[in-house]
Amino acid sequence: MSTKSSSPNDSTPNEGEVLISIRDLHAKAGETPILQGIDLEIRAGEVHAVMGPNGSGKSTLSNVLVGKPGYEITSGEILFRGKNLVDMAPEIRAREGIFLAFQYPVEIPGVANNYFLRTAVNAMRSHRGLDELDGFDFLTILREKMKLVEMPEDMMSRAINEGFSGGEKKRNEILQMLLLEPCFCILDETDSGLDIDALRIVANGINQMRAGERAMLMITHYQRLLDYVVPDHVHVLSGGRIIRSGDKDLALELEARGYGWLENASGASA
Amino acid sequence: MQESKAATANPELERIANQEYQYGFVTDIEEDRADPGLTEDVVRLISSKKNEPGWLLEYRLKAFHRFREMLAAGDSEPTWAKVSYPRIAFDEIVYYSAPKQQKKIESLDELDPELLSTYDKLGISLLEQKRLNGIAVDAVFDSVSVATTFKAELEKQGIIFCSFSEAVHEHPELIRKYLGSVVPYTDNFYACLNAAVFSDGSFAYIPKGVRCPMELSTYFRINAAGTGQFERTLLVADEGAYVSYLEGCTAPQRDENQLHAAVVELIALDRAEIKYSTVQNWYPGNAEGVGGIYNFVTKRGACRGFRSKISWTQVETGSAITWKYPSCLLIGDESVGEFYSVAMTNHRQQADTGTKMIHIGRDTKSTIISKGISAGHAEQSYRGLVRIAPKAKGARNYSQCDSLLMGDQCGAHTFPYLEASNSSATVEHEATTSKISDDQLFFCRQRGMSEEDAISMIVNGFCKEVLRELPMEFAVEAQNLLSVSLEGAVG
Repeated sequence: MSTKSSSPNDSTPNEGEVLISIRDLHAKAGETPILQGIDLEIRAGEVHAVMGPNGSGKSTLSNVLVGKPGYEITSGEILFRGKNLVDMAPEIRAREGIFLAFQYPVEIPGVANNYFLRTAVNAMRSHRGLDELDGFDFLTILREKMKLVEMPEDMMSRAINEGFSGGEKKRNEILQMLLLEPCFCILDETDSGLDIDALRIVANGINQMRAGERAMLMITHYQRLLDYVVPDHVHVLSGGRIIRSGDKDLALELEARGYGWLENASGASA
Repeated sequence: MQESKAATANPELERIANQEYQYGFVTDIEEDRADPGLTEDVVRLISSKKNEPGWLLEYRLKAFHRFREMLAAGDSEPTWAKVSYPRIAFDEIVYYSAPKQQKKIESLDELDPELLSTYDKLGISLLEQKRLNGIAVDAVFDSVSVATTFKAELEKQGIIFCSFSEAVHEHPELIRKYLGSVVPYTDNFYACLNAAVFSDGSFAYIPKGVRCPMELSTYFRINAAGTGQFERTLLVADEGAYVSYLEGCTAPQRDENQLHAAVVELIALDRAEIKYSTVQNWYPGNAEGVGGIYNFVTKRGACRGFRSKISWTQVETGSAITWKYPSCLLIGDESVGEFYSVAMTNHRQQADTGTKMIHIGRDTKSTIISKGISAGHAEQSYRGLVRIAPKAKGARNYSQCDSLLMGDQCGAHTFPYLEASNSSATVEHEATTSKISDDQLFFCRQRGMSEEDAISMIVNGFCKEVLRELPMEFAVEAQNLLSVSLEGAVG
């Protein structure tokens, strides 16, 4: 497949359009080879879950997709809506519609949450050729989205994630996703460290975003998030490769039998 | 040549980091200058050029003799600051330089067009300023006041705003009364030097009960090469008066270091308030540390009156070396002193800056908010003294000193000194040091911001508490200045 031009793509994807196409991807984190040949295709409207034991390459996969420094692609390709993703700076990928909900959201002291969010929203808008939102317009949208993740108003004037609980940080990530309206959302262990109530709120936020023009890649250890956000496809990652793909039942089976079951099976077949 | 690893790893950032100093041009203008070196003749020359009265010459000479004594003693330059530089050759400095003007000008129309265009280039149009917004400007070029705007309008309310030289002739009683009353010539080495050779500066007097209707400002411009710059500013707010004063500074780009040793004295009487804001953008030298201004300045305000208030706000981004401690003497009962500072050092810049809050009166209160940002190979120190005198019953101080580091080649240091001699005093000190991390930057980029915008946002967030103290038009300038000075400093 040839690489198309890299002009800004402001069109909304159609349901069924291939958003992400990963072919034989090998990547290193620092000097350590982690991904050993990933093939994955994700279409608009789909929700994929990637599961796997610690060290299987789940976080490396999400970091490579968003272009985090420190990772190197040694072979293979990633196309996003037909464009070569590897050549794009992280902020361009973000503006083109790729969003990562971080596993460990960072704190930025001194920078108010609402100011940060407006700056981010306006960076996206100007990339898409839209007018920047002023304070009032932004606040109207912000309030509406905050309700969806049951976020109290005072969290907006506080510094980004500073002094937030684990659950508040994750809700803040989902709020950013709701505001930025990306077409491809990666959720990196968004369920980790959440109590039952926070999990329900976060899942609710994610479900709000489920749409025909959007795809999601959820990285998780556990079935419990998948009870709320039911995936269309489930992939099991082990040793930097996808060793099994299936539907939602695969996740249930994994929960019952553990990763060892598949790892042994794949070891035998490899 | 030593290149920082961080900068070479990121060419985009390096490009921005190496952005030219915007105000580095030189104005070609005929100067009237003294021979290099400091002698009694030079002091007499300065005084006679300005046609000064005998008492002022006497004051200068006392300071001059004191200065020679200190110089002869050998260990006279302050060495306690955490800055390093070769010894200054005081005999090679030119102590008087002024743009040559044929006669005293009556209006701005008579001002040398070269001077007008210089201020235009700096974004301080003296003519436009006069018509547009409510800021009165005293333009000081090579230590000589070349123009003061809005004088007549201010006079209607009894406000005096003019060059220091002019004030010596027009209002000798005020100058005699207040000159050296807050910073005596014996105070320190550089203040002493200034008292001997100061050339000009600004003077303002706000009479009883008058709220100055516009911002007063002095725009300092160093132009001449090989000269030292010694201005003197004196502001007096009489009972119940209020004034907000702004100070801006730029200088041409030169390979030599130039000494700038100014003195600022503020006096606030009963219930008077002075707000003094500085955006200091002297030429900082190049990335390898060649050239730049040595900014060795003494600024002090005396809250003499009951419930008087003096507030210093400074944004220090320029100079090769900054040595500066705007301070408050809280003499009047219930008087208030404030110090808000953002100091930014990049490349090889050094800054040792802070404040002194001297609580003398009862129930005096002081606040210190200091934000230091250090990048490249820069070294920066906060140095602050809070002294509670025995009679300062109920005195209160709150200090907060935050440092932000960029990269791993720079340094930030905090030296808080506290001397409390009254047990009813309350003193609080908080300090933090943080770093812009790669994770923070990546987080911002993942949300669609460019790296520059992310840095600018984080830094402005870090400085917010100080920047909001600046008058509006200055705040915008300061934010832009910080962005330009800082970007590219991270790795």
